[in-house]
Amino acid sequence: MTFNSVPLSWYLMLSAILFVLGIAGFLYRRNVITVFMSIELMLNAVNLSFVTFSYQLKQVDGHIFSFFVMVVAAAEAAVGLAIILTVFKNRQSLRIDDVSSMKY
Amino acid sequence: MDAILFIAFASFAIASAISLVVQTHPISSALSLIGVMVSLAVLYFLLGAEFIAAAQLVVYAGAIMVLFIFVIMLLNADSEGPTGRSWRVNLLGIPLLAAFVGIIAFVIQAFLPKTEGVSLAGRDGFVGTASLVGAKLFTVYLLPFEVTSVLILIAILGAIVLARKEID
Repeated sequence: MTFNSVPLSWYLMLSAILFVLGIAGFLYRRNVITVFMSIELMLNAVNLSFVTFSYQLKQVDGHIFSFFVMVVAAAEAAVGLAIILTVFKNRQSLRIDDVSSMKY
Repeated sequence: MDAILFIAFASFAIASAISLVVQTHPISSALSLIGVMVSLAVLYFLLGAEFIAAAQLVVYAGAIMVLFIFVIMLLNADSEGPTGRSWRVNLLGIPLLAAFVGIIAFVIQAFLPKTEGVSLAGRDGFVGTASLVGAKLFTVYLLPFEVTSVLILIAILGAIVLARKEID
């Protein structure tokens, strides 16, 4: 291996590691905002896979998919943070354990 | 050169992602997420995705993260307290997640065909410039692009409806 190129699988492995760290944050953290940021981390990890495969296939389609993911993430962030604001207004709490009435 | 850049920014991304999970204060997590996004933008550039790299910086690290930090400041979010779960349960998750990474690594190694490495010089003129992405976006992917505008409109309306003050 030379220093002038990186195997494609390294990018995919990085994507997998970031995705799993996103899952870990989603499961371990108790703060609604941090859980939401973990979801953004997972979306970013998937974007990296899209762009990597796009490079391999020499097609620009993967860039467009990751562009759409970004658009959806922006819309999701706007609505999700509005929901968090509403929950905080009603419950005065950001802990997800306090917002479990729909769980059972 | 490519390998050095990749290793530097990939390790920075992983370190920032671990920091996101480990930090207890939301502001620290948000700053770590910005670190992940900036290093991913560099990696997109290495993969020849110039437009996506710029969009990553402007849309993600700029707009979305500012929104996050704005909400954290607005709600005066404090660092989270103890979770109330036993440490055994917390410890059990780590090997499960490591096993998940292992399965993905196995699949990548087993099914990915042998290919040439990724390098800036070897991309054969394949660069995802704004003109190349835009040309395909407005021809092949025109319908999804137009549907996206409806999605954003609904998101704006939803955010306004959810976050407005009740007028009685």
